[in-house]
Amino acid sequence: MTASLSREDVSAVAVLARLQLSPEEVDVFTSQLGQILEYVDILNEVDTTDIEPLAHPIPVTNVFRDDIVTPSLPREAALSNAPNTDGKYFFVPQILEEQ
Amino acid sequence: MSLTDATVTTLLAKLQSGETSSTEVTEACLARIDSQDTDVGAFLHVDREGALLRATQVDEKRKNGEPIGPLAGLPVAVKDVVCTTGMPTTCASRMLETFQPPYDAGATERLLAADAVIVGKTNLDEFAMGSSNENSAYHVTRNPWDLTRSPGGSSGGSAAAVAAQMVPLSIGSDTGGSIRQPAAFCGVVGLKPTYGRVSRYGLVAYASSLDQIGPFATDVTGVATLLEVLAGYDQRDSTCIDADVPKYRETVDKPIDGLRIGVVPEHFEEGLHPDVNKAIRNALDVYKAAGASIVDIELPHSKYVVAVYYLVAPSEASGNLARYDGVHYGYRAEEAQNLIPMYSASRGQGFGDEVKRRIMLGTYALSSGYYDAYYLKALKVRRLIRQDFDTAFADVDVIASPVAPTPAFKLGELIDNPLEMYLSDIYTLGANLAGIPGISIPAGLSDDGLPIGLQLLARPFEEERLLRAARMFESATDWHTKRAVLNHD
Amino acid sequence: MEFTTIIGLEVHVQLLTKTKIFCGCANLFNPENPNVQTCPVCLGLPGSLPVMNRKAFRLAVKTAMALNCNITPFTKWDRKQYYYPDLPKNYQISQYDLPFSTEGWLDIETDLETGESKKVRLIRVHLEEDAGKNIHDETGRGRDSRVDLNRAGTPLLEIVSQPDMRSPREAYTFLNELKLLLTYLNVSDCNMQEGSLRCDANVNLHVHTDDGHRIATPLVEIKNLNSFRGVEQAIAYEVERQQEQWRESKLTIDDSPKQTRGWDAERGVTFGQRGKEEASDYRYFPDPDLVPVVVEESQLQELRGELCEPPADRRKRFQTAYQISSYDASVIIDQGLAFADYYESVASDSGDGKQAANWVTQDIQRELNERKLTIDQFPIRPHILSTLLQRIGSQTITVKSAREVFAELLCRADNDESLSDDLIDGIIDANGLAIVSDTGQLEETIEAVISRNEKAVAAFREGKQAAVGPMIGQIMREIKGADPKQVRQMLIDKISE
Repeated sequence: MTASLSREDVSAVAVLARLQLSPEEVDVFTSQLGQILEYVDILNEVDTTDIEPLAHPIPVTNVFRDDIVTPSLPREAALSNAPNTDGKYFFVPQILEEQ
Repeated sequence: MSLTDATVTTLLAKLQSGETSSTEVTEACLARIDSQDTDVGAFLHVDREGALLRATQVDEKRKNGEPIGPLAGLPVAVKDVVCTTGMPTTCASRMLETFQPPYDAGATERLLAADAVIVGKTNLDEFAMGSSNENSAYHVTRNPWDLTRSPGGSSGGSAAAVAAQMVPLSIGSDTGGSIRQPAAFCGVVGLKPTYGRVSRYGLVAYASSLDQIGPFATDVTGVATLLEVLAGYDQRDSTCIDADVPKYRETVDKPIDGLRIGVVPEHFEEGLHPDVNKAIRNALDVYKAAGASIVDIELPHSKYVVAVYYLVAPSEASGNLARYDGVHYGYRAEEAQNLIPMYSASRGQGFGDEVKRRIMLGTYALSSGYYDAYYLKALKVRRLIRQDFDTAFADVDVIASPVAPTPAFKLGELIDNPLEMYLSDIYTLGANLAGIPGISIPAGLSDDGLPIGLQLLARPFEEERLLRAARMFESATDWHTKRAVLNHD
Repeated sequence: MEFTTIIGLEVHVQLLTKTKIFCGCANLFNPENPNVQTCPVCLGLPGSLPVMNRKAFRLAVKTAMALNCNITPFTKWDRKQYYYPDLPKNYQISQYDLPFSTEGWLDIETDLETGESKKVRLIRVHLEEDAGKNIHDETGRGRDSRVDLNRAGTPLLEIVSQPDMRSPREAYTFLNELKLLLTYLNVSDCNMQEGSLRCDANVNLHVHTDDGHRIATPLVEIKNLNSFRGVEQAIAYEVERQQEQWRESKLTIDDSPKQTRGWDAERGVTFGQRGKEEASDYRYFPDPDLVPVVVEESQLQELRGELCEPPADRRKRFQTAYQISSYDASVIIDQGLAFADYYESVASDSGDGKQAANWVTQDIQRELNERKLTIDQFPIRPHILSTLLQRIGSQTITVKSAREVFAELLCRADNDESLSDDLIDGIIDANGLAIVSDTGQLEETIEAVISRNEKAVAAFREGKQAAVGPMIGQIMREIKGADPKQVRQMLIDKISE
């Protein structure tokens, strides 16, 4: 790790995270995230050979539900918080991706 | 003693005897909110009509001799990160300014089933990210003990609402100390349950493997009463554990014979405020006097909790908060004509600084080439942290420590220095990483008259022991009876 | 210079559960009513949490077992993160480094005549959630896209093959065999029109140069293929295109990253698609909202018991056990499990596999097509048909008469009469269809007919073979159950005496 964080790194991460940042924000984050990443480097002191990662603090396995239909929301409720709909579909600006 | 001054136990007794009614108690709380909350800013939303209607219904039920729940008629405030139908759930974010969830959280359902009266939604750091409540998109919450100071965070609104006697009970959520630290700053009792003890269904996720909902009250018994309602299995949360819920309230007054309290000597070294140091040492003396033994223990990896937490939590958060994109709900930047700019602008405008910072950090830690070095490494050290606790709990029943290195800091004091702010979470993060329960109880006042909290931690699912140990201290001291004096008192 | 075509397939299959993978919303194809099968969980609302559908996991494991995969004893779910409006959480719950199964194979028949087959190896099978559906504005006016989340959260299996297929036909055969297996297992309906089976194809070439080198050309992924025929055609087109590209540019796999192309079925061409804006960095990490699954040996045992005979095995067995052609066996197997079961029941009860094959592939198939029925709905059940075929086998009736009985049975069934063995025999009696094996009666009739047809007899004796025809007709009219072959022989013998 330890590689210092550049403005370009921060901008690239912002693209991945779909966050529009102002140039000032990029500056501030470059410095703040750089400091934090420098700090977390202390983890390198710890020998974690053969240590399994712990993703869940209380280990549980095999939690299932039965395949039984429960009521869905009425469409009106499903769409009720959406910024733009026609009462049937969610509307989003066109996706410029395909040819 | 006024209705807003009374403890949960007293209020329940008065309600039961008919000495007062839920309507009276609710009206008193609403009046108190009216008079004090312009200063404190604990609430984001007060459901005056809904609360009074519900109070009337509960009173009616009681009058008709119908079966009523264990919180019958008690006003409760809910952190605005827990979904409630009929009220907004904003997470103190612009992103969810207009969001009305079409469903109730598991915790909300339990409150309603217990016949509690939900009076409103409390302020927090946006999406529960922060330790000061300054990251709310709407307004800061001020510490009732000193309005220039932070109530702590992220459940600062819920802690302040209880401390300012606007409600006898409230619920918060704790991902890295977000119940315990505000409880300590505001001089109330707050408990973070074992991971899986309370359903997370309907708790808007910050960091899913760390988040837990928990209770606030002015005393341990109040917290025990509310925990008993909140705890229990919910099959809608795969990580919720199907284990019996003890009668916390019935057993809370039973002292623990031969209580063994673990203490980490390093916790009292550099960086700890002398007043806090003194208060915690005094607290240990109180325990000794009550027959407990104090045992020095080691938590060798506790110095890594901040680093581990600030990799694990932001990584999970970066995933959890990806859904706020202006498509299906929430804020949409209207100017963007195409999808991707719409996403980025909505998120850029809808989120505040701390949320963006953590999303950036988490996105980076999970990105190609860094995953192993950051996220995976953090999860491995997390296991070592958990193992430290397991080892320590072989010899002790609870672990005592400060909740925070200082009493409540000034608003604005740390806001521009995120790393400094993160480091102040050093005592609370371990419990979340290890999934164990923890409680903060009032244990003194600083020279400036600010509350100081004592933290106790216990083994997973030993909330009963935790509450009894806390109550032992409480019954031997009067710190929990101290109240903030507000301008309009 | 020679080319070898290298094809790997990635197949997505929706599982036949009642509900979605992580919530209780109905798992139904319902494009006419958008956004009615949603709830906080599959809408990705704040605070909602997924809980795994037990049935979905069972069906997934069952499928992987039938595909000869190793079942991973410890499996977990990961978040695959990318932004798209049909993915409400902006991550897909999928499996990354610990899929529940790995390393399987599927046998495909490469030569129908010889029955020759090959193993197509599978890299992995994993379980994930399907996305919803984006409906793009196709007017070119840049209008908003619409999003329907009915499909979001449908349980989806991803089956990834090794690049083991060598021709568009093999890819087609693989898909067909896979579809058969999945429908036999009843884990998916594999309906491509409804999107319950979808396929992407990875295609490139190995160029064998004249100086003995082997060079791989750039990899192309053809997306959104929505019919088996389309897969075959798109790959065939791609092979041509890539050969041409090689001749022109000599680009190798190292010169260019994997390209994504779409298939335009109308124009019969593939076309380049712009890749996603960032290089795909999905930032997979274990989903903290779900817990791992530990698969016990006892569960595997139980599921093993629920597996059916794979269609490929059954196809081979039908050929040997019932003495039918590879072609007939394929036709029967391709009609699906119920049809194969029907055939097998008739073949084994009647004791004549060939006769049974003829009847189910011709008479029954024709009736099903005309009546638009499935085999399960067909009124003549296997035991009735078996009885009918037994009557042929025992030479009680001729095949021709059996068709009459068959038609009569269908009429009776249409009139809600219940069909039985007695009814069959009743119809045979009533219509005098029984073969007359009493040669005495037959001889009398033949003699009578000969005496009535002196001219014809004379003509036959002069060498006019056809002259016996009308006489046979007369005899048959008098004795309905007579075997025309036998009648002809006896008649000729008599005249020739």
